[in-house]
Amino acid sequence: MKRLMTGNEAVARGAYEAGLTFASAYPGTPSTEILENMVQYKNDLYCEWAPNEKVALEAAIGASIAGARSMAAMKHVGVNVAADPLFTFAYTGVTGGCVLVSADDPGMHSSQNEQDNRNYATAARVLMLEPSDSQESKDYMKLGLELSEKFDTPVMLRMTTRVCHSKSLVSLEDRVESALIPYEKKIAKYVATPANGKALRRKLIDRLKSMEEYSNNAEINQAEYNGTEVGVISSGVAYQYAREVFGEDVSYLKLGMTFPMPMAKIKEFAGKVKKLYVIEEMDPYIENHLKMAGIPCIGKELIPEMDELNTDIVRKAIFGISTETIQSEKEAVVRPPALCAGCPHRGFFYALKKKKNIIITGDIGCYTLGSAAPLSAMDTCICMGGSISAGHGAAQALKKNGSDLKVVSVIGDSTFFHTGINSLMDVVYNNGNSVTVILDNRITGMTGHQENPGTGFTLMGDVAVEVDIPLLCKAIGMKEENVLTVNPLDLKAMDHALSYGLAKDEPTVIIAKWPCILKKFSEQDKKEFDLTPKKCEIDQETCKKCKSCVRTGCPAINSGDQIVINPDSCTGCSICKQVCPFDAIREVK
Amino acid sequence: MSEVKNILLVGVGGQGTILASKILSEGLSQAGYDVKMSEIHGMSQRGGNVSTQIRFGKKVYSPIVGKGEADVIVAFEAMEALRWIEYLKQGGKMVINDFEIPSVPVQQGIAKYPEGIVEELVHKAKASVFKAGEIASELGNSKTMNIVLLGALTKAMDIPGIDWEEVIRHNVKPGFEEINIKAFRAGADQVA
Repeated sequence: MKRLMTGNEAVARGAYEAGLTFASAYPGTPSTEILENMVQYKNDLYCEWAPNEKVALEAAIGASIAGARSMAAMKHVGVNVAADPLFTFAYTGVTGGCVLVSADDPGMHSSQNEQDNRNYATAARVLMLEPSDSQESKDYMKLGLELSEKFDTPVMLRMTTRVCHSKSLVSLEDRVESALIPYEKKIAKYVATPANGKALRRKLIDRLKSMEEYSNNAEINQAEYNGTEVGVISSGVAYQYAREVFGEDVSYLKLGMTFPMPMAKIKEFAGKVKKLYVIEEMDPYIENHLKMAGIPCIGKELIPEMDELNTDIVRKAIFGISTETIQSEKEAVVRPPALCAGCPHRGFFYALKKKKNIIITGDIGCYTLGSAAPLSAMDTCICMGGSISAGHGAAQALKKNGSDLKVVSVIGDSTFFHTGINSLMDVVYNNGNSVTVILDNRITGMTGHQENPGTGFTLMGDVAVEVDIPLLCKAIGMKEENVLTVNPLDLKAMDHALSYGLAKDEPTVIIAKWPCILKKFSEQDKKEFDLTPKKCEIDQETCKKCKSCVRTGCPAINSGDQIVINPDSCTGCSICKQVCPFDAIREVK
Repeated sequence: MSEVKNILLVGVGGQGTILASKILSEGLSQAGYDVKMSEIHGMSQRGGNVSTQIRFGKKVYSPIVGKGEADVIVAFEAMEALRWIEYLKQGGKMVINDFEIPSVPVQQGIAKYPEGIVEELVHKAKASVFKAGEIASELGNSKTMNIVLLGALTKAMDIPGIDWEEVIRHNVKPGFEEINIKAFRAGADQVA
């Protein structure tokens, strides 16, 4: 049976078919749907959200050591977080097969950077597979688990946004159970002390030779000979673009396994064609391997080193041909994303924007949109958890130099659990004085509403213990009176809390707590918060068109000849009502 | 390459482009075509644009459509039709929903929603223009606007041998089959 599946669905399916026992992930676009799709197989396997990617990989390593097939999935920047265990895991190797899925985002559709995680495979010396469509995503996931056991190595499965999120046909097969490999204590293998490490390092180097031999003979590194004039080497989705642009008359070497590289096969292929192109997205990864081996090829001098590729770009780069297009003199207005109508973060950012003489360090999540006009209430955004620690560093530097600037660090609930908590420990331990605001919207918002340690449910839908954020802050040393919980839809309360924090010369934490408006409300949410549907409307006779309400950036408010609130999108959060100086806005049921 | 057909569905988050694309892809794959569908939807819920791209034929490689390559573009919103016009092939067809959703800069009064988009586009391309939202509302469910547009699209594509109504039945929520079939037919009637 064939089914249309995204690459992410196919990875989950492949893991299921291969008898996987354990999967863990932290959500992040474009990888999120892998675990979301894994849940449908929960009768046969176990899956969970981890607080961060390092924890996800470490848990998968543990499951592997216990003898089970396991995996961890994350976006490219998540591998930076998980890099610490990854590099040593390459030394120890596995018991049950273990695959690390890295979902890279060329073109930065929804990421803070674009990085080519093929480089991780070379740096950590782990076997790497690169699927180019959904069928391969499933097949390579299964193959990855097999090869992991065969070569005693973790395997990286490198996906990209277009492979993760595009759908193509996939043949389904049944699950083949993979029995738990009986546990054996292996101190020399799994205790990475320097003495054991040296031996493991030797094994790692030796393993590369057998893996390269496999790579040279692997079916997934496939040559297709159509002529001797031109040859093209490619991998991942770039192969699909290359195959379409170069057509039927050139020869191809499609690499499904790109670490170790099949150098003998590459030399053989290169020897059979007069002109050799390397078509790859982002870094000159394959190209560098070729050049180091003295194989001449044409690559990044023509193909861009940044952004996503597509057939247009490849065709233009190689053949100088642009397709004729239809142009219009009119220009479409940009449609940037914005905090949703009714988003609880709007109240917070509105109150924050009014504060002067502050630096606002932000983090990764929906609330990063607080940096956009008209709120413009964020100065930095670096990485998950970085807001609090970067804020602390800034605050200490300012204090040391006698500056009167103060720092407010802004972070979401899921991000706080991810890596924010250890940054807050840094603030408390080192006598910082920054204001930390935890925007607790009761869910992981940006990636589409995944449960987290604060929401009360697990990925598999079981009821979970909730982290008590105020208590946690107190446990790491925050003073009781410096931990405030505030409703961010109450602008006055929000303003008071911020003033309180900014006046203190010691750390304060403000928890701005209100559920995401798009979230499916739990029974507890309904009990805890007043979520009865309301709307706001503008009395046109009282309205002086001062646009105070428009400056909240609410997408339900339309500014034209009249200022009106769209009743279809308004949720009655009442921020506009609170900022109106003429009392022209009223709440209606 | 010439035997691969390219379709773009473009609109704004919440308009139902993804469901329409799903029905379309399933119908095409059941008819035996190799199908690839690609979507970009990361920020859609936060007012951003959404686009899905469907390619089908005997063998499809790239999952995405290049500029000047789309055989058909269905625009769920007028300004999105304008944004994507350069993806249309010379002689390609457009189905345009005469419907405006302002973006944030327009709402803020910083930019003006362009005037006369539809009038211009009908001069540049073979376009079927109608108010899919009104048709859907008249049928009794404004949310079926996406299926009205799907009906128009399948008529514009003219691929024989696919029982679209059956595919719709399988892909919409139980109890909503008949209203969606009506919407589909009403959409098809809009294309000559």
